[in-house]
Amino acid sequence: MELTPEEQAILGGGRGEAASRALKYQIEVGKFWGAKRFVPVTNVHMMGDIEVMGDAGLEFLRNEVKQRARCAVPTTTNARCMDFAHCERMGQDAGEAVKEKEIIAALRRMDVVTTDTCINYQTVYQPHLGEHVAWGDTGTVIYANSVFGARSNFEAGPAALAAALTGRTPAYGFHLEEHRKGTFAVELNAKLDDLADWGAVGKLVGESHQNYYAVPVFHGYHRTPGADELKHLGAALASYGSMGMFHFVGVTPEAPSKLPDEKMVVSDSDLEAVYRNYKLGDGDARLVVFSGPQQSLFEMKNLSLLFQNKKIKSGTTCIVTTNSAILKQSHDLGYAKILEDAGVTILEGVCFYILQNLSPMREKNRWTNMVSNSAKIVNIIGAHRFNTILRRTADCVEVACSGVLR
Amino acid sequence: MKILVERAFGPIVEGEAVVSEEGFSPRYDLDRWTGVITKPGHKLEGTSIVDKICFFPTAKGGIAAGWAFYDIKWKKIAPKAFIFGVTNPVMVQGAVFAGIPITEGWSPHPREVVKTGDWVRVDPGRKLIEVVKRAA
Repeated sequence: MELTPEEQAILGGGRGEAASRALKYQIEVGKFWGAKRFVPVTNVHMMGDIEVMGDAGLEFLRNEVKQRARCAVPTTTNARCMDFAHCERMGQDAGEAVKEKEIIAALRRMDVVTTDTCINYQTVYQPHLGEHVAWGDTGTVIYANSVFGARSNFEAGPAALAAALTGRTPAYGFHLEEHRKGTFAVELNAKLDDLADWGAVGKLVGESHQNYYAVPVFHGYHRTPGADELKHLGAALASYGSMGMFHFVGVTPEAPSKLPDEKMVVSDSDLEAVYRNYKLGDGDARLVVFSGPQQSLFEMKNLSLLFQNKKIKSGTTCIVTTNSAILKQSHDLGYAKILEDAGVTILEGVCFYILQNLSPMREKNRWTNMVSNSAKIVNIIGAHRFNTILRRTADCVEVACSGVLR
Repeated sequence: MKILVERAFGPIVEGEAVVSEEGFSPRYDLDRWTGVITKPGHKLEGTSIVDKICFFPTAKGGIAAGWAFYDIKWKKIAPKAFIFGVTNPVMVQGAVFAGIPITEGWSPHPREVVKTGDWVRVDPGRKLIEVVKRAA
């Protein structure tokens, strides 16, 4: 890779050992992908908590702090694995909570802004067209590329942290014009009235085209989709298809004027088949989750309308996750009280699928099924041995309140 | 008995092959305490990837995978190498961070050359994978 004088100085230790190590690591990653140079980034979003990092990651972070590692650009954190106010009741380990607090403190010493959210694009920072960023959580990346027209690759925790320390990232993938073109067209011949439907579209399109560089171009939809709809679509495409970008004709800033040759259609009957194909297992309906990604304010509002004057069935657990800012507003606006009165557990700053101790939690509660309106979380929780079922939002609320799974 | 790969990182390693017809994520599919694939219905469900040379056609999802490779290496339950048909940046960032060899792109397709249980050698520098010894 070609290095600028500034990059050579970083490599030589001019900005400390941690930044030098970070740049060496980025060069190896860049070489793999054939990157010729670095691009400066304005913003970094990183994943780092004890559940994903483990003791090895914690030890790595301790060393970074010892070496006085410090962010060169504004850096925020993704959702984490514990809401300390709930961790004891959730059956999470006290020892791991101590480590989680140590991670948060270490990140803050490195000048990381611990926002603990996977919806930074809705609540913290909205990059502009052409802006290079280094974001982690695939849902944030696909939203940045597709909806804002900003430029990011999937940056895993160690890669995002390296970008934070060096202020740059190798120029490959979605930083380059040539990877941002649509590769196949998807006609949306469906109503898509619920957020789960948008996730189901992401599942159908992603599963059939698993490739980071596949870029679907959606067209033919009968109205303008909203931010939460594009969020669920993107999160599911990234999850099922490992995709980092999509276009939506007439909606997203870089959508092409001419459709690619390869074409597929998603119709209402395709969506019905998605819902029908989930196996109900033993019929267990005691876990309903609204998470992955965290809920936006409008999702909280909608849930509060659906749960108004209702009660969660005795023995059922219903979990909603969001970030601290949305939770504060939800309290102020009365949405949170309605959910709490119904018996919903609202967790702050976390995502359900990375909750520390989730497998033992599942066993202790004898949960077998997990019902959710998020196609993403339905996909990604398999290693914890849940049987997962995607249902529309109102149907999820109905399952939580009736204890009956259909 | 040879496979050429397009992109590669890491030192030369040898080990027993595990050839999967299904893609992989260390978060979605793997029990990160035992190194066994536990996702219900995964084509390798019940298979250990510890110390194996793992052939996967695709990579799935997940940013969290980036720390996971370092974590499983620390726990001594990591594979010796990841051989992907198509991968994504997270897998590469994670593998490089953990020092685990990783490759992308293959010719010919492994199913024509290598079977689970064969002993294979991965040479990232030469972008070459060779079957050293057939499974008994």
